[in-house]
Formats: sequence, C-alpha cells, structure tokens
Amino acid sequence: MIKTVLIADDEPNIVISLEFLLQEAGYEVLVARDGQEALEVLNAQVPDLILLDVMLPRVSGFDVCQRIRSNPAWSAMRVLMLSAKGREAEVAKGLELGADAYITKPFAIKDLMAEVARQLGDPPASP
Amino acid sequence: MLLGSVILLASFAYLGVLFAIAYFGDKRADAGRSIIANPVIYALSLAVYATSWTFYGSIGRAAVNGVGFLPIYLGPTLMCALWWLVLRKMIRISKVHRITSIADFIAARYGKSALLGGLVTVIAVVGIIPYIALQLKAVSASFEILLQYPQVVMPPKGRAVALLQDTALYIALLLAAFTVLFGTRHLEATERHEGMVAAIAFESIVKLLAFLAAGVFVTFVVYDGFGDLFGRAAQQARTAPLMKLGDAASTSWTSLVLLSMLAILFLPRQFQVAVVENVNESHVAKAIWLFPAYMLAINVFVLPITLAGLMHFPDGRIDADTFLLTLPMAHGQEALALFVFIGGLSAATGMVIVETIALSTMICNDLVMPVLLRWRALALARRADLTGLLLGIRRGAIVGLMMLGYAYYRAAGEAYALVSIGLVSFAAVAQFAPAMLGGMYWKQGTRSGALVGLSLGFLVWGYTLLLPSFAKSGWLPISLIEVGPWGIALLKPLALFGLSGLDDISHALFWSMLGNVGGYVAVSMLGRQGLGERAQAQLFVDVFTRSGQDARPWRGSASVQEVVALITRFLGSTRADAALAAYATGRGWRSVAEIQPDAELVRFSENLLAGAIGASSARVMVASVVEEEPLGMDEVLNILDEASQVLAYSHRLEQKSRELEAATSELRAANARLQELDRMKDDFISTVTHELRTPLTSIRAMSETLQARPRMDEARRMQFISIIVKESERLTRLINQMLDLAKLESGGADWHSAEVDLKELIEDAASSTAALLREHAIALTLEVPPSVPVLRSDRDRLLQVLLNLISNAAKFCPRESGRITVALQVHADRFQVDVRDNGIGIAPADQELIFEKFRQVGDTLTGKPQGTGLGLPISRQIIEHLGGRLWVASAPGQGATFSFTLPLGARPVPEITGAAGHATTHP
Repeated sequence: MIKTVLIADDEPNIVISLEFLLQEAGYEVLVARDGQEALEVLNAQVPDLILLDVMLPRVSGFDVCQRIRSNPAWSAMRVLMLSAKGREAEVAKGLELGADAYITKPFAIKDLMAEVARQLGDPPASP
Repeated sequence: MLLGSVILLASFAYLGVLFAIAYFGDKRADAGRSIIANPVIYALSLAVYATSWTFYGSIGRAAVNGVGFLPIYLGPTLMCALWWLVLRKMIRISKVHRITSIADFIAARYGKSALLGGLVTVIAVVGIIPYIALQLKAVSASFEILLQYPQVVMPPKGRAVALLQDTALYIALLLAAFTVLFGTRHLEATERHEGMVAAIAFESIVKLLAFLAAGVFVTFVVYDGFGDLFGRAAQQARTAPLMKLGDAASTSWTSLVLLSMLAILFLPRQFQVAVVENVNESHVAKAIWLFPAYMLAINVFVLPITLAGLMHFPDGRIDADTFLLTLPMAHGQEALALFVFIGGLSAATGMVIVETIALSTMICNDLVMPVLLRWRALALARRADLTGLLLGIRRGAIVGLMMLGYAYYRAAGEAYALVSIGLVSFAAVAQFAPAMLGGMYWKQGTRSGALVGLSLGFLVWGYTLLLPSFAKSGWLPISLIEVGPWGIALLKPLALFGLSGLDDISHALFWSMLGNVGGYVAVSMLGRQGLGERAQAQLFVDVFTRSGQDARPWRGSASVQEVVALITRFLGSTRADAALAAYATGRGWRSVAEIQPDAELVRFSENLLAGAIGASSARVMVASVVEEEPLGMDEVLNILDEASQVLAYSHRLEQKSRELEAATSELRAANARLQELDRMKDDFISTVTHELRTPLTSIRAMSETLQARPRMDEARRMQFISIIVKESERLTRLINQMLDLAKLESGGADWHSAEVDLKELIEDAASSTAALLREHAIALTLEVPPSVPVLRSDRDRLLQVLLNLISNAAKFCPRESGRITVALQVHADRFQVDVRDNGIGIAPADQELIFEKFRQVGDTLTGKPQGTGLGLPISRQIIEHLGGRLWVASAPGQGATFSFTLPLGARPVPEITGAAGHATTHP
C-alpha cells in the first residue's frame, strides 16, 4: 500500500526537492504552502507522515503540530518537523508538542530519507 | 395672711424640686443620656450671672442712678460678641488640659505653678465671700419682709438676732447641704456636675418668670401699660430725672461695662458653668444670642418697677431694693409676692451653689492639696485611696465657704459693705483678666509676670475698694479715707496719687489694672520663661492649631505599677481602671498590663490627675513616682541641637539613599536594555541563521540529489542546476546586504560626496530596471521636471535606494497590468521622490514593520515575497544618513507610495570612512 506524505513548507525550491525525493522513494506526495493550507489538506486526506516546516506563514508549524496532536483522528500520523531554526529550545519545543522527530535544515538527504522510512516502518530506501 | 410656715413650705418645696431635677440630671448623666447637652440649657445655666443682686439690686440701683443699672448687663452682652473667639478658646484649652477652675487655668498656663494657683484662689475667695453674704442677706431679708404681710415694713435695722433664730443661717446650711450633695457626689476627672447644671438652668427660668410676672402685674395691672407708667413718672420731680442719661455717668458707664465684660468671663461661677460644665463647644454659638436675650428680658421691667415703687412709696420708708417684693404685697397679691420671693430665692441659691462648687474645687486643688502634698507628701503617698480625702476637702471647703459668707453677713450687718459688694467682687475677679487673656493670646507672658501683675492688682484692689468699704462700715477709722493713712493725702484710697473726680469703682479699676497689666507685661518682657512654662504657653496660645500633646520634653523612667497606683489613689479603682483601659486601647495595646512606662504615660497620668487635684498638684504627684531627670534649658538646647544634627544627618542619608535608588534604577534600566539588546542580538542571529540556511537547504538537497543520480532526466537536471544557481545568488545577495547594513548601522560605511542630478539619476534607475519590468510587463512612468537643482550627495547610495524601491514595487505589482510611477518634486527646502505602484498595498499595521530587518509582509496569493527582507531597512538607513526621510503611504488594495526626501540646501554628506578603507559593496 502506498504511503502518503504531506510536505508543508513555504520555500518552493525546498518543496520541489522534497517532492522529487519522496516520489522517487515511492510515496504519494501532498503539498501545502502554509499552516492553514496544511490543516485544510489534513481535513480532506490524512497522510501517514507530515514534513512540517516550523516557520510557516499564517499558522506556524508549532501550532499545526499542536492541533494534530489534539485531534484523535490524526493520532496515527507521524510528524517530522523541519526547521532552519536549529536552536535547542526550538527542537525541544517541537518534540514537546508531539513531533516524532525534528530535523534541522540544511539536511543530508540520506539522513532525511532514512528518518522518513524509520518513522513509517519501511526499510531504508537506497539513494 | 401669709404664715411663716407657708413660706417655709413653699421654699422647701422649691428646693425639693431642685433636688429632684439635680438627682434626675445626675442619673441621666450616669446612664450616658445627658439632659444638659443642649445649647438652650447651656445658655440658661450661664444666666446664673443674674443673682439676687440683679433680681432685687438692679431696682435699687435704678432708684438712685436711673438707667445706671444697665452697664452691668450691657457688658456681658458686648462680651458675648467675643465669645466665639475667647470663650471657645478657654473651653478648648480647658478640655485639652482637663482644667477645672480658673485658678487651675492660670496655674497650668504659667508652668503649672502652685503659687499662682494659690494666689488666684485667695483672690477669688476674698473677692467672692462678701458676694455670697449678699445672697444670704437677700434671702433672709425678703423672707422677713414677706413674713410681715399684709403689712409692708422693712425689717428693723441693727437688730441682733440670736444665732439659732437667724433664717440666714439655716438657708446657708441648707444650701451647703445641697451643694455638697450635688457638687461633690463623686470625683470626676472632668469635674462636671450635670444634675447641678440642670437645676441651675431651671432656677434661671424660675427667676425670669417671677421677675416678668411682677413686671407685667405692675405695668399692666397697676398701671395702664408702659405709656401710662412713664407718663406719670415724668410728671414727678423725684422720678423724672431717672429717665435721663446723666452727663457725669459716662466714665462710670465705661468702667462698669468693662468690669462686667470681664466678670462674665472670669467670675468663678461663670467659668464653672461656661467652661467646666460645657458639654459641647458649639453650644457657645447659640448662647451668644440666647444669653443676651435672657439679660434683656430680665431687665425690661426694671425701670417700670423702680418708677412705680418710687411713686407708690414716696416717703422713702421702703428700700428700693425691695420694690419687686413690696409692690405686689402693697397691692394685696400674696401669691405673686410668694412667687417673687421664690424667684429671689432661686437667684440667690443658684449663685451660691455654683460659686461654692467652683471655689471649693479651687481651694482643694490649688490651696489645700499643694500644701498637703508638700508637708505630708510621704504620708499621702502611703494612703491607698485618696478619693475620700479629696471629697472631704471639697465638702469641708463648701461648708466653710458658706459659713464664711454667713459670718461676713452677720459681721457686716447693714453696713455699707454689703450694698456695693457686687461691683467690688467684679473688680476682684477682673484682676484675673490680664493673666488669663495674656495667657491665651501672648506666648511671652511669664509666671513671674502673672504673679507680679496679680499681686499688684489684688493689693491695689484691696487698698482702693475693700479698705474704704471697711472704713465706711466703721471697722476702720474713717480718717483713712478722708485724709489718707498717716495723713498722707497722696495715699488716700479713693484718690490715689491725687487722682480724683472718678467714682470709686472707676478709680479702683484704673489703678489696679495699671498695676496689674503693667506688672504683668513689664516683668514678662524683662524675665525669661522656664522650660515648662514655654511649653504650656505654646499649648495654650496655639490650642486650635496643635494637638493636645504636652510639648514639654521629658526624660526619665517611670514604673507603671507606681503610676497606676497613684492614679488609683486619687480617682478610686473603678474610675482609674476605666481610664487606664481607655488609655491602653488608645495606644493600641490589648490590656492595661501592656502599658509601657514612657513619656506619654507620664503626660496621660498628669492630665488625668489634673482633673482631680489640679495641674500643679498633679505635676508634683506624678513627679514623686517618676524618676525624672530634670531638664535645664541648656540641656534642652543640647537635645534640640542633637536632634537637628540627627535631622541633618538623616537628611543627608535620605539624599544618599535617593541617589542610590536613582542609580540602582538606572542600572536596572541599563541592564534591561542590555538584556533586550542581547535578546535582539540572539533573535537577529537566529533570524540570520534561518535566512542563510533556507537557500542552503535547497542547494544542498539538489546538489546531493544530482551527485547520487548521474543518469538523471536532463530536464530535471537543468531545473535543479538553475535552482542551485539562483539560491547561490540569493545567498550571496543576502550576505552582501547583511554586511552592508552592518556597516551602515555601525557608521563604518564609506560615503562619497559628489554633485548629483536627481533627474538624471532617476532616468538611470529606470533604464537599469527596464529589463526586469519588461519581464513582468510593468509600465514605468517618470514625472520629472525638465531641470532640477544640483544636489550634493552620494550618487551610488541614492541609486541603490531607487533600485530597491522600484524592484520592491515591481514585486507587488499585478502581472500584465502593473504600473509604477516615479515622481520628483522640488520644494523650497527639499526634494521629494515618490515611487508609486498599483499593487496589493500594505495594511496600516505593517507599514512600519516592513522597515525592520527580515520583516517581509506577503500574501499567500502571490507566494512568499522574493528578496532578502533587508532592502527597505538599508534604504532607510541611507536616506536618513543623507539627511532625509523615507516612509510609505498605502492602503490595502490601493497600491503603495514609498517616498523619500532630501534636503535641498548645500548639506555636505557626512564623510565617514571605514578604518579598512575598502570600497563600498552594494549591488
């Protein structure tokens, strides 16, 4: 069964790069350009994992994470936070709010894809 | 026929009513529901001023002097006008210092001097005893006249009555009993006697009604009203002159008015009812008009009765003093005559009762106690309860005074001494005026001054009034008056130092006041006040502005037990306990056991005891149980000096502490600013990091992807590579702008001043952005005047700003229909450049935000805004550096106009060259 990943990021070039990598690994990819859009997508279709940027316009990544974790319907969803803000406080805050993992930008694609596979219980994809 | 038994019965019934009223008043007072707390009762009690001397004697005076009886009543009326100032102050001082008599008042004012208190008491007793005798005489004479009814005859003169058959003796004893009963029922710290006051007020009503009844009878029944009476009197040689004001009367009028003005304030009985018995200061306000009204009412019929009497008894067989009684008798009005007798009785008894109470307090507190305390201080201190002793002394004093009055009456008999004794008494108490008034209004008045003044005044009074009255009574050789002592004419008592032509009273008043006021003022001016005196002087004079605190500095140690024991000895345990409990509560302590031995306790106990035994005795007693270190003036000055040094020191300390506080708050503010700056720096670094990492993320992800996939689809590969290039450019731009901004902000940027033609510059900017605008299909319009003045500024920096603003506008313009206008205006003092677009506009809340670093305001419809978020902050830095202003005006949906100004004048660009001297980096 094909697993679905939602990319929530406002940097178009990062979205392009992530979308390419995830599709190549065999996932179905959804895209949201800000927090509000991400929540709307979630209401329509629940993905297996969300790649959630923290600095999102309108509704921040932290708020999206909090809402995901407060809704039992989304409890199975994995949340992987991505942020160019890599201070410890922010990492801790993300994990505290219920994120399953927190990856700092810029990342090595090998590490990112390994984490996505690990979260979804898949064998690590070959690069 | 009026039987003696009827008269006696009526008299006893009347006294019985008085007893009942007094008893009721006391009971109500004990229950806390005073019946005398009322200004009308207060004013009526003040009418104790009108004695039998008024009741019978004013008619006697009128028979001789016509309207000459009036000054005695005009004086008090005049003084009433000053009551609100003078009497109220006396009341306030007395309440604050628990003063219970006029002797106490003077003693307390002049440093709680026992000597002064004693002197005042002696003067008062000597001056008042004959006055009491006069009252006894009036009662017994009126009794004997009434007994003869229906005959109208005077009692035989010079007749020796056996002591035990003398009505006056029984009257004196009865009054003594009444006074003892209601005047010294118990020892009060306040020395107030509510029952007695109620009885006195009742007596004032009775005597007024009796006088008015007789007056109405004579005027409207015997005669046909005032017109008829005065008309007939005017036709008679004997009575006609009485209705005119004599020319010679003016001096005597002045002195009589003055004398009675002082008497209404300083007679011991007036002080007692007006000050000591006063319940509420505000009652004075009503008494100011009620009392004169009473005086007017009781004087209305004086002249009619006098004239009627003189016309009815033309042969002079009947004393004019008795007309009030004898006229009704002659017309067969036995009931009215009896009523008049009762009225006279009330006038006499009221005076005697109040006067003896007042004098007994003075004798006890200011004469006997100081002597006892000095002679038998140890014995007194050992006695457990002194309340009995105190009451005993007062009761003894009352009986003694009454007996003295009676003895004087017996001795003087029908002598001259009794006739004018009222005025002689007035002159005696007038001697208190300088020390009293000076004490209330003149801080410099000293104890020595008061002693000298009072002594001189009293001596002169005795010499010019008392001595002649004795001589005229035959007790002293009459030659004393006629040729002077030892034949020295200058010392003639009635024409001292050759002063003649005045009546006796005016003469005595002149010399005694000269000696009194002169001695008081002169000695006060020359002498120096003791410490206690100075404190008391301030407390008395400034009573309305100061609190009731004793200002006397005190240092020493007190034993609470001894002080409590002392108070208990004088007040009895019930009253002492209540007072101490109130004191403890007042100081905020839970019980009497917590009372601390301090200066306040000493003050409190002195004040409390002052009510019972007088201020000076209280001071002696408290001093005997308190180890007080005497304070000399030098010591006090030292204390004051120390205090002022401490004050100055503490002032300096306060100053320092304020400075420290200010410094601390400055530091705190600086620290807060630093913390804020630190936080801003952290935020800035975090933001910069974020801004740098974002393009790096794309670059790295794409590069790694390309690296791992050598056989990637060509189109995808080209897309990735071009993204990598764009993001690398973005990264470079970002780094350059950040460095640029850092230099601008730190002042390390290079500036190059040159002649700039703004028109040309705008055209350059337009051509530089032409390609970009064409790409987005945006129309650019220039609104520039044909020629503009040359500006001296930094050309490259201005171009940077223009490019920033135009490319910024382009970002938010709608595709295909975008329009940008660059306008240049030349004002008198400045250039203004506007860059207008027809884009999405900027919400008011965001209009200042966009000038902050990395604060981009975007809209998801157009996607994330391109650029670094540093263009506007940099532009603003540049324009401000060049002396202008950069701002935006916009409404959402209406496009935005970015404007900047530049000063037109030859303002040189501040040349700041960076230390390294590198060329400016800008795009």
